[in-house]
Amino acid sequence: MAFVPPARHLLRAKDLADARYFEPLDVDDLAGAAGLSRAHFSREFRRAFGESPHAYLLTRRLERAAALLRTTDRSVADICFSVGLQSVGSFTTSFTRTFAVSPTVYRAKYPPAANHARVPACMIRFRGRPQNSTFREDSDGAAL
Amino acid sequence: MIRIAHAQLWVHDQDEAHAFYTQKLGFEVRADVTLPELGDFRWLTVGPVGQPEVSVALMAVPDPPVFDADTAAQVKELTAKGAAGTIFLNTDDMRAAYDELKARGVEFVEEPEERPYGIDTSFRDPSGNHIRLTQPSEVVAPA
Repeated sequence: MAFVPPARHLLRAKDLADARYFEPLDVDDLAGAAGLSRAHFSREFRRAFGESPHAYLLTRRLERAAALLRTTDRSVADICFSVGLQSVGSFTTSFTRTFAVSPTVYRAKYPPAANHARVPACMIRFRGRPQNSTFREDSDGAAL
Repeated sequence: MIRIAHAQLWVHDQDEAHAFYTQKLGFEVRADVTLPELGDFRWLTVGPVGQPEVSVALMAVPDPPVFDADTAAQVKELTAKGAAGTIFLNTDDMRAAYDELKARGVEFVEEPEERPYGIDTSFRDPSGNHIRLTQPSEVVAPA
């Protein structure tokens, strides 16, 4: 059996945070993925990656929330819950501390999310045709 | 004309890497040669079936005297931490590729997700190397 550096188990926990951040994961779950006790895990994770597992999981959630603020028009509360956080108040506080602006102000700094939508050309043609123009032929009955 | 022939990844165990890249990822072995005169250096390369001109060299981290003990330990540690390298793969059918790899026991780090450049997902090899799999978007002409 090949020697597996202990860090490989820590990477498994980091991957779990990246993969399942939207679930109600906590540090105990990450420690379980690495097969270590919580206290030992937190120490080793910090040694390997330079930050606590709690900070890593929170910043992953904030990073995902920031992406959703930039690229969707979903509400701040909806985004908070969809990245695995439970409290909009705590989310707003952590977000503001991290990005130096509130989620709403952060969103306003970027182009509207609708710019990111890849709407099929057929839908643009169906929906984009003006409906209320009045042309001379209408009064002539030429439209019939 | 300069072309890419091999890209290299560090692996902790070449047998384990061989099994992963062939049995789980579905690559073929391009070369697997052990040279006793070079301290049993094993040149192991694999690559995607249908793309014979490019391969990945799965290289064991060398012990002294090639690398000093500290360097070897650091490279092994960095690989285990996922900091040593990534390969980027493309597919033209993400759904089929994902289902097939999942059925073979590949553990995905991310589920396939829509990105501005296509649909992509990622997984790791047993050593911790990151493998990104993308189905690039087709370029759509403006309406």
